Amino acid sequence: MGEVILTMKDIDKTFPGVHALDHVNFEVRKGEVHALMGENGAGKSTLMKVLTGIYAKDSGTITYEGKEVSFHNTREAQDAGIVIVHQELNMVGHLTVAQNIYIGREFRKGIRIDDKKMNEEAAKLFDRLRIHIDPTETMSSLTVGKQQMCEIAKAISRDAKVIIFDEPSAALTEAEIEELFKIIRDLREQQVGIVYISHRMDEIKVITDRVTVMRDGAYVGTLITKDCSKEDIINMMVGRVIYEDPKACSAVPPDAPVVLRVEHLNAGRMVQNVSFELHKGEILGFSGLMGAGRTETARAIFGADPKESGDIYINGKKVEINSPQDAVRNGIGYLSEDRKQFGIVVQKTVAENSTLANLGNFMRGLFINKRKEAQVAQQYVDSLATKTPSVEQLVVNLSGGNQQKVVIAKWLVKDCEILIFDEPTRGIDVGAKNEIYKLMNRLAAEGKSIIMISSEMTEILRMSDRVLVMCEGKKTGELDIQEATQETIMTLATREISI
Amino acid sequence: MGKSDMPNKSIVERLGGQKVIVLLVVMVLFAFFCIASPNFRQYSTVLSILDYSYYIALMAIGVTFPLITGGVDLSIGTGLICYSLVGGYLVVHKGCPTIVGILVAVAFGVAIGLLNGALVALMNLPPFMATLCTCMITRGLGALIVNRLGISWPTSGTEGSWFRDIFKTTIGDIKVPLGFLWVVLLVALMAFVLNHTPIGRYAIAIGSNKEAVALSGINVRFYHTMAYVISGLFAGLAAVAYSAVFSTVQPGTGAGFELEAIGGAIIGGVSATGGAGSVEGSLLGVFVICLLKTGLPYVGLQANWQQIITGLVLIGAVLVDILKKKRSGELRAA
Repeated sequence: MGEVILTMKDIDKTFPGVHALDHVNFEVRKGEVHALMGENGAGKSTLMKVLTGIYAKDSGTITYEGKEVSFHNTREAQDAGIVIVHQELNMVGHLTVAQNIYIGREFRKGIRIDDKKMNEEAAKLFDRLRIHIDPTETMSSLTVGKQQMCEIAKAISRDAKVIIFDEPSAALTEAEIEELFKIIRDLREQQVGIVYISHRMDEIKVITDRVTVMRDGAYVGTLITKDCSKEDIINMMVGRVIYEDPKACSAVPPDAPVVLRVEHLNAGRMVQNVSFELHKGEILGFSGLMGAGRTETARAIFGADPKESGDIYINGKKVEINSPQDAVRNGIGYLSEDRKQFGIVVQKTVAENSTLANLGNFMRGLFINKRKEAQVAQQYVDSLATKTPSVEQLVVNLSGGNQQKVVIAKWLVKDCEILIFDEPTRGIDVGAKNEIYKLMNRLAAEGKSIIMISSEMTEILRMSDRVLVMCEGKKTGELDIQEATQETIMTLATREISI
Repeated sequence: MGKSDMPNKSIVERLGGQKVIVLLVVMVLFAFFCIASPNFRQYSTVLSILDYSYYIALMAIGVTFPLITGGVDLSIGTGLICYSLVGGYLVVHKGCPTIVGILVAVAFGVAIGLLNGALVALMNLPPFMATLCTCMITRGLGALIVNRLGISWPTSGTEGSWFRDIFKTTIGDIKVPLGFLWVVLLVALMAFVLNHTPIGRYAIAIGSNKEAVALSGINVRFYHTMAYVISGLFAGLAAVAYSAVFSTVQPGTGAGFELEAIGGAIIGGVSATGGAGSVEGSLLGVFVICLLKTGLPYVGLQANWQQIITGLVLIGAVLVDILKKKRSGELRAA
């Protein structure tokens, strides 16, 4: 670790009604990877936005390379050498890879943009980073993981002295994360200061040198990573100890009836000959690497994507599911991995979202019975402990965890017996995660059957009664929770991949 | 996910995508009308198709830019008439030289383009609303300035009518549609602007992911405004073409012209949701519309059929756009 390159001192920021940053301190040294941790809403992103000029601070000082600075926009911060790799992909899908990397600072030949030079420079950059991407490829045709790599290449190409990674690994496969870490280590070697924001405790332990923890907009403390344990960090984040042990054994009686049987399901390259059974009251974990075909399998079962062949039986009876309507009619609810895009209508109220899938039961003649809607919605707000001032609140104003509960309520109102949770806790903070877990366990205990797709190993091991592992569109194995370990799952998840 | 690493490019896509198909449609339509009607296959008909195409083609070149940013410009139709009326008023009633009238018409177009750009890019009005408002304003303003009387720019042979020869000149006994040359040159120029300069590059980027453009430190407001300025500029040029081709400009008309230009651009492959499109394609799309407009009466279908058929062709074009997106994984079944 080198000398201090960046110091943020006593940073304060208030939004109307929220004290977002409460006199926060933070520093970055040359050649260190500094983790910034905290639950969602702890103020990590706000702090980084203040640093890069997206928000103006109310008070406090930022010292960069020995001088006090105050950036007014991302461009000024970039020019000074501070760049941010955003959590959401900030890519322009219609442009090529090279055009994206050099956007805003294109090479010119007179008034003409020199695309040839941009392609050459991008190719050199990829060579240096040992990434295999064609610079002339259209961005939207790349996988999410490769797009993320381009985003990182873009940041590096700016000769940055401080790079902020905001949850960079969320969309990456294990192999891509390894690649990312290699790049980060190279950068550390070159004395770049790196801020690494992540929820994944394992990564923090592997890649970072120091950890700064924030809670509710305030600075909690800074630790040397190798001298602290996971529990230390989590305790600082939430102020309480969290139970993270795997499930000891299946909670499902061996004679529980089969609720859903899928036979020889085929849907494109991502779903090849998948068969499995789901029992009453069971939580079946779908594990695998990114792109293993888990979501595609779920979407094919739910009728959201067309299937080529395969049979689906519900309670022993063969059913035809060709659209989400068919699936819902047969008692299947799907909680998408991307809530905002597919799960909820954010500009509608909690009550309206709760009854969305089952509006027919809330009609009085041609009109919606608002009172009954509110009553039922309130009932589920109470039973799921959704934190909302009222059922008339717009969903967009709720936190991620509470939005997820509204989606759950929607399918419970519809009385679905089979629930497919696709990455149920993605983007949800640790406290709310536990509530979602408790809720899923309760639903299973009440006899609902759950398929849980998750990329987090700890989540799979903690929640599942049985684990189904997929790789490259094929089912590679099924494990009882007692035989499931990180190793056994990983072995199955990588079985089809030839290196 | 659902996206593949290697997009399977079909032969059509490699040759330039929708443009090739539209070019084929233009040729097939032309051949069809030539075979079906002896009156159609005459030089005078070709001339009249071209005459009718200039102002629509110029509008389409311009409106391609707002469309590519994911917006629209509805003010170009009534704007065109307004600019032509104002320019013509100066020439006919105030004794200004023709060149002044032309420059004022074009400058007026740029000004309205700036206003549209300011409303959309600076004040964040939805483009549909912003340009609908300027559409109404220009319609009223034009009529007001000329006191609701039609304007006849200097007719051929009289003094100051040289601008009509820019579009159609007579060499020997043959009338030469010079305007087509200018349209093609402007298409080439604007295709260069779209594909090889920041103005075009950022128009595409804004239509594709505006947030990402802003975070790249680009002056989004400026480039977003420029798209509307280009649209206004070409509406001004279209006003000159219109004045040169038609004998009288009537106040209160022009509503609906913009739909032919926008329709042409969409048929030519401009994505209805922004981010993709080409100037050449827009020109070809305009020819589809102009051929239908001129050709259908020759095969015994009255003018209203042209509108119905154009509407159906447009639905087809938009469906093609949606299918393309679905295949490239941008849209997933909701």
